[in-house]
Amino acid sequence: MINKVLIANRGEIAARVIRTCKKLGIKTVAVYSEADQKAPFVSMADESYLLGPPRVQESYLNTEKIIEIAKDADVDAIHPGYGFLSENGGFTEKCEQAGIIFIGPSAEVMEKMGSKIAAREAMEKAGVPVVPGTNGAVASADEAVGIARKIGYPVMLKASAGGGGIGMQVVQSDDELIKAFESNSKRAHTFFGDGAMFMEKKLDNARHIEIQLLADNYGNAIHLYERECSIQRRNQKVIEEAPSSFISEKTRTKMGKAAVKAAETLGYTSAGTIEFLVDEHEKFYFLEMNTRIQVEHPVTEEITGVDIVEQQIRIADGKELSFKQSEVTIDGHAIEARIYAEDPETFFPSPGHISVFELPTGKFIRNEVAVTADFDVTPFYDPMIGKLIVKGKDRAEAITSIKNALLDYKVEGIKTNIPMLLKVLDHEKFKNGETTTAFVDHYYLPAVKTN
Amino acid sequence: MAEVKASMAGNVWKITVNKGDKVEEDQEVVILESMKMEIPIPAEEGGTVKELKVAEGDFVNEGDTILVIE
Repeated sequence: MINKVLIANRGEIAARVIRTCKKLGIKTVAVYSEADQKAPFVSMADESYLLGPPRVQESYLNTEKIIEIAKDADVDAIHPGYGFLSENGGFTEKCEQAGIIFIGPSAEVMEKMGSKIAAREAMEKAGVPVVPGTNGAVASADEAVGIARKIGYPVMLKASAGGGGIGMQVVQSDDELIKAFESNSKRAHTFFGDGAMFMEKKLDNARHIEIQLLADNYGNAIHLYERECSIQRRNQKVIEEAPSSFISEKTRTKMGKAAVKAAETLGYTSAGTIEFLVDEHEKFYFLEMNTRIQVEHPVTEEITGVDIVEQQIRIADGKELSFKQSEVTIDGHAIEARIYAEDPETFFPSPGHISVFELPTGKFIRNEVAVTADFDVTPFYDPMIGKLIVKGKDRAEAITSIKNALLDYKVEGIKTNIPMLLKVLDHEKFKNGETTTAFVDHYYLPAVKTN
Repeated sequence: MAEVKASMAGNVWKITVNKGDKVEEDQEVVILESMKMEIPIPAEEGGTVKELKVAEGDFVNEGDTILVIE
């Protein structure tokens, strides 16, 4: 039985996990760096322990220290959140060796999906379509150029072990590819310990649509429908919504079935997500699998009524899924906006002291936040300080509600991307559902330059 | 004398020049890293690198001097 959980993460996701644990009567342990001593999640937990200095290698990635604290605090399980150790098979194994349940999939499946090259191969075996590209690592920049000429520019150069946009770059020409290959490989090696690179054809005007999965240890796998996450800047999501405004019911069913089939073929357990690129003809291609809870999980929770963190904990605790596919239905429309500490035009980070922080309130408004007023946002971690999620009876209502809520969101002392979010949500193309991954480049940035 | 200053708070990810190197205007001399983003810092004037005020891995605040060009 899971009675006490350590959350090996920070910010809004640590607070989010703590809330569900409290709902389930599970005790919580927070771990934090020196930079996060005043963060809300620290005081929300039943117990909290200092990990060390701000740098992630000395704090949130310090596996030895985290396991030591978990043992001292006598926890039954560790929830990794997203990022940091959430997709680190070595950490999962260390938890197992220490007799602690890791709330997530097995190390074996995680490592397979963590290598984007191995993941492509596994999906091809499961009969899931993949984006045209290389079957295996590309050994050199010269080889990359030869392949790019065959599949045609633009191509997406990707680090096999990459994440968060690191090691990933769209390239348009031989010269650009030669430069990008070495630098991205080096960065991927530095950040992830693996510099292996591969390439995929860059699909223009595609949409990023992903299927949320739940799978237990008894062979039951279901999906919770899709999220559309096409509005991105620097290859990172900014606005997500569920359901997608684009795909037909037929495609929705086909994508859901393909994702469940993939999970079954892999022997996947826990919550996970299969990301797809969907072209203008609704043809979909496997992009990658996220073997963890994702930032945008609340939009799925809002339209299905399923607490995904609760399901993760139940599955890790050896319980069977308590509902079937036919019992999961879509109710309304939900939109999430990520609030970033950054310049709304250049997207440059904006660390600093938050003097005022006031949140919108109201029915169907949900706030997931990492900060409070009188709080220092440091440069050590990612720029997300909160998420705003709204639900409407349909997409139009959800757009109106989130715009109004964003106008009530008050942050002073640092720059945020709220002005950018408002402009996107107010754009006719967005309102019409023309939300491809090129949206920010095609519609937002040119408007910023003109002004 | 010209000072190259940090345009934002962050960690010094990479210094691409050494003391005594000749640099040109707009040449990238330092890469800062903040919130998982890299920002290249160029020299605003050409000249010779007289002094490096930081080392790789150091944390700098916005406006801190990174290096001096003569």
